[in-house]
Amino acid sequence: MDNVTLTVGSGEFVSVVGPSGSGKSTLLLVLGGMLTPESGEVEIGGESLYAMSPSNRARVRREKVGFVFQTFNLVPYLTALANVQVPLYLRGKEPAEQIARATELLEQVGLGDRLDHKPSELSVGQQQRVALARMMANDPQIILADEPTGNLDPATGDQILGFLETLNRAGKLVLMVTHDMRAASRAGRILKLKDGRVEELNVADDS
Amino acid sequence: MKLHTLVFREIFERKSQLLTSFLAILLGITVIVSIKNISFYSEKAVARELDALGANILVLPKSATLQNYYSADMQDEELPEEYVTILATSGLEGLDNISPKLSAAVSVRGTTCTLTGILPKQEFQSKAAWEGAGIFSRPAGCGVVAQMPGADNTPARETLVRKRVIDTLQPDEALVGSEVAASLSLKENESFDILGRPFRVTALLPQTGTVDDSRIFAHLHSVQELLGKGPVINAVEIVGCCQEISRGLVAKLNQALPDAKVVTVAQVVDTQIKTNSMMAGLSLVFLSIIVLVGGASIANYMYANVYERRREIGTLLALGASPSLVVMMFLFKALLLGIVGGIGGFLLGTVLAAALGPRIANVPVFPMPMLLLWAVLISAAISLVASLLPARNASRLDPCATLQEG
Repeated sequence: MDNVTLTVGSGEFVSVVGPSGSGKSTLLLVLGGMLTPESGEVEIGGESLYAMSPSNRARVRREKVGFVFQTFNLVPYLTALANVQVPLYLRGKEPAEQIARATELLEQVGLGDRLDHKPSELSVGQQQRVALARMMANDPQIILADEPTGNLDPATGDQILGFLETLNRAGKLVLMVTHDMRAASRAGRILKLKDGRVEELNVADDS
Repeated sequence: MKLHTLVFREIFERKSQLLTSFLAILLGITVIVSIKNISFYSEKAVARELDALGANILVLPKSATLQNYYSADMQDEELPEEYVTILATSGLEGLDNISPKLSAAVSVRGTTCTLTGILPKQEFQSKAAWEGAGIFSRPAGCGVVAQMPGADNTPARETLVRKRVIDTLQPDEALVGSEVAASLSLKENESFDILGRPFRVTALLPQTGTVDDSRIFAHLHSVQELLGKGPVINAVEIVGCCQEISRGLVAKLNQALPDAKVVTVAQVVDTQIKTNSMMAGLSLVFLSIIVLVGGASIANYMYANVYERRREIGTLLALGASPSLVVMMFLFKALLLGIVGGIGGFLLGTVLAAALGPRIANVPVFPMPMLLLWAVLISAAISLVASLLPARNASRLDPCATLQEG
């Protein structure tokens, strides 16, 4: 990335598009406090992310950021319920509270009957819904989604985009990286990453 | 969900991969525990056998030379009997038995033999000044091993041959060596005269093949009176604890008795010290191998585990896990591996030692609970140290590499 300056306000739904290798996912990791840029800074709510200690950055991720990955990244040896419990455990919640909240979230995404299933026992769509429930566990203000529909069939992809839109309507900032223009067009704002630079696309003109 | 839930579930999920490392540490600790257990009882047995050889330290007059261990006291030079008091009250550790002697050639029924005066234990106990020193009431040192159950108990009087001291001896009692007894045709409870004083044979000593066979033992003070020499002795035989000897007991004795010569019976002491150090050396060699093999196996497993779980680690970091939590996840797993390996190794090693001890070292081997603590500590330490670098690497994984891999 080269000289990227980007301001995203709370409640926005932004898509980032661009060819493979253009740095979309890298941008997402930098914004999420996972990858220190060689120069420049990232601010969340006025706090400079990379001026913080690694443990403070981890705290910001726990409290304010939720990640969704293309390959779901569920912990393979944990059940759906335990996977959703992980961020709650990291936030310091007691086991009983973790179970209650994780159950509620899995019911919200329609997996109330799959609590004790491991990822290998779930369909890809169900796995992505578990990942969504896990992302929502600590009620983050910022949702960073990396190709959330990339591995899904169109119907399931629509379902996931529907969940993201619902969350956005509830006031969450959603920043979604995708190479699927149809998915990108569901956002209110589209950014194109090319040769390391960001340019804004007109939503209405793009197809 | 807690840290241990994450660790336990991961272990359970990938138990087959953990098995090799677990076996490496388990077998390593098993070998260490077996060697330690067998060598402990083997050292005891050696100490017991060396104890049977008798005294291993001699206190002689300065000018005396040690030609023969069994006849060290048969020379003309003398020491004051007061030296025994000095030794008994010295408080020096490692003096298990003290036996002063005064010897002279005498004629009994026309036959020349050696009359040797010895001081029975009762004399030590009857002297208030010596009682505090408690030479004979101390717990058994390494040179004096408690009788093993089932072993033959030597008749009290005959312990003189082995332990160089006896419990009681009256002024008119005599113990007669086998050769003298045969040539004078002496029998137990028979009375006979030595330099005109009557003595009663309280025991005939078993044959030893040494000059002791041609000796008549009597109370030291009776011999001093008979010889008209006053409170003097020719030598003091001491059964010293070999470990204390190696820690400088002889130098301390020389310091306590500057006008006497203190010598060790080198072969006896050296044998035990060499045996002990050989066992210790062997344990050290095995421990080094276990540390290397066990440690390398665990480090190898941990590196592979980190590599295999890099995506999971990246995800946990993205979800807000701190790098220190990732380190703790791996170290907690290492600790579990170490503790279970240590306990398992102790149990297996103890069973192995009990089974092999009688065959290899010809000694009965019993469990040593103290080794459990050592086994767990060593095992946990190896496991933790071997996992430090892999755990640190896990916490520093590049998220781009871990999360972007399809």
